[in-house]
Amino acid sequence: MENTNSKKRNKSDRVLYIRDLNISFETAYGTVRAIRGVRLDLFKGETIAIVGESGSGKSVTVKTIMGILDSNGVINSGQIVYRYTDENGEQQEVDLVKMSQKDIRYKFCGKHIAMVFQDPMTSLDPTMTVGRQIMEPMREHYNISLAEAKKRAMELLEEVGIDNPDKRFKQFPHELSGGMRQRVVIAIALACDPDILICDEPTTALDVTIQAKILELIKDIQKKKGVSVIYITHDLGVVAKVADYVAVMYAGRIVEKGRINEVFYDPRHPYTWGLLSSMPDVDTNSRRLFAIPGSPPNLMEKIEGDAFAPRNPFALNIDYREEPPMYDVGGQHRVASWLCDPRAPKVEVPEELRVRIEKMKKEAELYE
Amino acid sequence: MSENRTPLLHVENLKQYFRISRRFTTKAVDGISFDIYEGETYGLVGESGSGKSTTGRSIIRLYEPTDGKIIFDGRDISGKLSKEDEKYLRTNMQMIFQDPMACLNPRKKISQIIAEGLEIHHICSSQEEIDERVSDVLEKVGLSSEQATRFPHQFSGGQRQRVGIARALVMNPKLVIADECISALDVSIQAQVVNLMRDIQDEMGTTYLFIAHDLSMVKYISDRIGVMHLGHIVETGTTDEIFENPIHPYTRSLLSAIPHPNPIVEKQRTSLSYNKDEEGVVYENGHEHVLSDTHRVLATDEEFARWTE
Repeated sequence: MENTNSKKRNKSDRVLYIRDLNISFETAYGTVRAIRGVRLDLFKGETIAIVGESGSGKSVTVKTIMGILDSNGVINSGQIVYRYTDENGEQQEVDLVKMSQKDIRYKFCGKHIAMVFQDPMTSLDPTMTVGRQIMEPMREHYNISLAEAKKRAMELLEEVGIDNPDKRFKQFPHELSGGMRQRVVIAIALACDPDILICDEPTTALDVTIQAKILELIKDIQKKKGVSVIYITHDLGVVAKVADYVAVMYAGRIVEKGRINEVFYDPRHPYTWGLLSSMPDVDTNSRRLFAIPGSPPNLMEKIEGDAFAPRNPFALNIDYREEPPMYDVGGQHRVASWLCDPRAPKVEVPEELRVRIEKMKKEAELYE
Repeated sequence: MSENRTPLLHVENLKQYFRISRRFTTKAVDGISFDIYEGETYGLVGESGSGKSTTGRSIIRLYEPTDGKIIFDGRDISGKLSKEDEKYLRTNMQMIFQDPMACLNPRKKISQIIAEGLEIHHICSSQEEIDERVSDVLEKVGLSSEQATRFPHQFSGGQRQRVGIARALVMNPKLVIADECISALDVSIQAQVVNLMRDIQDEMGTTYLFIAHDLSMVKYISDRIGVMHLGHIVETGTTDEIFENPIHPYTRSLLSAIPHPNPIVEKQRTSLSYNKDEEGVVYENGHEHVLSDTHRVLATDEEFARWTE
């Protein structure tokens, strides 16, 4: 099996860690508790995927890291510690929560932590040529000469798989196709050799064929440069392709996390079961798709107990009263569900999903 | 499953060109033909810019087709429409759009949005009848009739798409064109909407033209699939034929691009790429090769021999 999965995570390789993050938004209708105690580690060279429905708080989490939280957002408590090597080659550790957003943007955004957004048309400036946009972060952060920046931009264009960089350099975003534009956005993100690359649904606006190419590109770049990548997506197929480590989010909390193989082949949380079952499987022929009943909770209201309980067919009584703690179920695998408590009744994985996982394991054996 | 039946929708050599300038014309749809039979779901897949949405819009006559024939339920709806044909088309063919927020009027209540078609075509004789049909259809799509007095912004994405479906269904259409109607939704909500569309089909016998770029969802809902690329249908067949035995390299590349939720397998797999020019494929030169009653591939003789080797 690939070494990333069997490798032990070493504490000194940690580039970013989040502890007990709580964020709420003040709106005209009341306070929305978007993030409720998130804890996450990111290690060097690792890819971590945050999965969840819209409104589960995955985008808010990474926006906080980037210092681009919306102005009505308040960080109530928690830590986001980022460790990096500064210009003098010294190890530094900063808590991003304690810094002002302006400082984060000025010191880290684009330079140490870069982000690729969902829609490449809205994240590029339509009035600037592609070349100038790639040079911008380098000129801003490193104060290098125009000629040098241009040389580097050409290299980057080639690196992200755009042929004929001389011509592309002078073109405007509207002259490029969707896939090309996303490649340009990736080039901009890579311009300052970041430690952390955050990809917020980088392929949802793209076609399947182009999606596959972009994912493979990001993977290649990661292998070459050893950056740590945080993926945000709701597509489990994408997660399976890219991630080493998965965190499943629901209503502002991480409900299950672990190495990708642990979560995909041995899911424990009923929400993860639902997500995995509702993925259309190319190989099965059943007429109906499994759908998680109901819709996500309204975070404006106070949540009693487990937020997923109303949609959970396996909910226990305690699920309606008390929030489950994180249970350690072996390895790196952590699950926030009362079902993992030793006192809980034994609940089996739904039959259909069990069959599917069995089949997945069989297929996987062929590849090992 | 399609023997001895007259198709509900027959499309023959449909062309839809857009003149950009004196010298340049975009051939969005360039001579496609297909049939849809009553009660089935025909899936149209392809990348963006392949002309699949344009096809849907030409059929429902949001565009004037440049050339070709569209026969809907025995009536020719491709040329200039007579008043009677237009009314027939507008009441019996409906569309569900991609973005559920953009396609609902934010200033109107849900009940008004759904009843609009009934009012315009004077289908109901009284307000009570309209209200009844609206609440019936709301129930059918899984919304309660108390929600009829709300506005679109008070609903979540999945619920809004249900309203979009209700609006199409209230007319009791024979054919529903669903243009990427699940692409904007979350995975778990997608499953809900697809199941709903299926249930409605079982109950009412509605026929769907399902346009999407996500092949894995299309597999679930479609009986037959047409694969479009650059304005041509390069391959068409039953869902099994397309998935078990894809012939055209474009179909194969689409199939290989579907990510599987199986991490060990998925990490080792690379998707096939397809470049029409590198392969030397010119769609205009190809003609239809018949593999079975339903399975057809667009290719020249030489290409066909190479692909089926």
